[in-house]
Amino acid sequence: MNFVAWKMLTGDRAKYLGLVFTIAFCTFLLENQTSIFAGIMKRTGSQIRDVTDADIWVMDSKTEYFDQTKRLKDTDLTRVRGVEGVQWAVKLFKGNPIARTLDGKFDLSICLGLDDATLAGAPRKMILGSWERLREPDSIVIDKAGYELLFPGQPLQLDRTLELNDHKGTIVGISDASAPFVSYPVMHTRYSQAVNFVGPERTQLSFILVKPQAGVNLLDLTKRIEETTGLRARTSEQFQWDCVVYYLKNTGIPVNFGITIAIALLVGIVVAGQTFYIFTVENLKQFAALKAIGVTNWRITSMIVLQALAVGAMGFSIGSGLCAAFHAIMLHYMTTRGMVLLWQTVVGTGVAIFVVIVIASLISIRRVLVLEPAAVFRG
Amino acid sequence: MNLAVQCRGVEKTFGSDGVKVHALRGVDLDVRYGEMTVLVGPSGCGKTTLLSVISGLLNCTKGQVTLLGEKVQQLTPRRQILFRRQNLGFVFQQYNLLPALTAAENGAVPLLAAGVSRRKAIAESKRLLSRLGMRDRLDALPKQLSGGEQQRVALTRALIHGPRLLVCDEPTAALDAETGHAVMELLAAEAVRPERAVIVVTHDNRISGFAGTLARMNDGRVVSVESQHILIPQHEVREEVRV
Repeated sequence: MNFVAWKMLTGDRAKYLGLVFTIAFCTFLLENQTSIFAGIMKRTGSQIRDVTDADIWVMDSKTEYFDQTKRLKDTDLTRVRGVEGVQWAVKLFKGNPIARTLDGKFDLSICLGLDDATLAGAPRKMILGSWERLREPDSIVIDKAGYELLFPGQPLQLDRTLELNDHKGTIVGISDASAPFVSYPVMHTRYSQAVNFVGPERTQLSFILVKPQAGVNLLDLTKRIEETTGLRARTSEQFQWDCVVYYLKNTGIPVNFGITIAIALLVGIVVAGQTFYIFTVENLKQFAALKAIGVTNWRITSMIVLQALAVGAMGFSIGSGLCAAFHAIMLHYMTTRGMVLLWQTVVGTGVAIFVVIVIASLISIRRVLVLEPAAVFRG
Repeated sequence: MNLAVQCRGVEKTFGSDGVKVHALRGVDLDVRYGEMTVLVGPSGCGKTTLLSVISGLLNCTKGQVTLLGEKVQQLTPRRQILFRRQNLGFVFQQYNLLPALTAAENGAVPLLAAGVSRRKAIAESKRLLSRLGMRDRLDALPKQLSGGEQQRVALTRALIHGPRLLVCDEPTAALDAETGHAVMELLAAEAVRPERAVIVVTHDNRISGFAGTLARMNDGRVVSVESQHILIPQHEVREEVRV
């Protein structure tokens, strides 16, 4: 009877495609919204993720996320280096100087000062130029998005000049740094250079990047650093999550996206559920005939479940495919770069669609089960 | 006496305490193997309700129905369904074919429901449809068939599993006179067998000519029963019921 169920489902092309595309649309909406949300949240930790040399970030004990920095003392670096299990520790500066082009275009920027000796903490994806040139005087590496923001419509070109808080900077490289939460240009330079760009302060040290010795447990080391120095130490992953949690707690982003996702879910449930319910109800007469002929309730239930799962799987696949295509296209645009379709989103949406389909099936099945086969005689 | 169906004092009441409708008010009726029993009567006299009770689709409120030697009401719901599947065939007024299935596939549905492989079931359906003059219409969908053709497909579906009781509800009501007569001829020729009983409910008096037994109903009762002629001589029939 699976064959009969399948033919009943696909016999009316318009209804069948209507069902499939309703679920596909619902899938697309859910995956898209949750992915965009997750993508935006992921951006809050972009600069942490780009640092691949070090595994642990050390900061002031009250620091909650990347953009909230309180200057550390130079002696803190020495104390961290002295903790057992630390292979090396280097300084990282973070400031926000104003970057201005020679033709007057300007924007606030994220300026990261790397350890002069090692250049540890630089993102390794370089589009043009090389990190080694950072050793030249006044040199900076800018990310591609920042370059296009400051030099719109102009080809990527090295050795262009920027002013950073009235200090001259020369572009020696263009990196492919991950998109930051706010669309500011991301500049990398040497620590000593960055201090000059931002201006003299008593202490300039924002973060300490730590590389543990081989075989040392990251969590144990962070605990040890905290106990020894009184500073806050987080693994890269923990620090990225700290940023996400901070934005979730302290901004309207989750509420706004939550509402959109809830509406998408609600619309999906109502539309997909109702469409499938109507499809089954329209077939009640056919089910009554089958019941009269002697098809058991169990068999009819399995037929409806098969129809629901087939429609669900088809709609979910198409919706996910469309969403993947959408993200693949958006990935190439500077403003939406880094927006990815997370597998967790796909799985979550799949579960949501499955639940919707199961609910719709149960309601439909109930109608069929209580249907008297004698109804088939009523004209 | 070879009785396929025996109704004694059958009553059927619909509704709750407030509003009760007495559809059947003590029906006594015998349906014999090997002939066509035609139930006639005005609209609302209880013909279709009686048909539903006889075929086990409705339980009677009072009285007793013995169907193919079995008191169907005493069977569990699941056994009732299996009993119906194996022993009964149905022809409905509106054909009730599945619109997405071809003629051959529609005819095969009872075999598919019984677990016969699709290939075998459809092959058997094609064979029977061809015998009923539908050789050229095997792959047509119901909407591509005329009323008479659809009723032939319905007849195929009703007969394909060799039922011992064929139940027909107004089989000619949706057809013009000529097509209706042709369908009844086909029904008489193909369905009436010594080991099978046929019940036809109709308000079309022209059908009474095909009846072995003509039962007239009015106001929820069988008011007269006439044995007109036996289409096929009575034979010994198997008494066992396939459940």
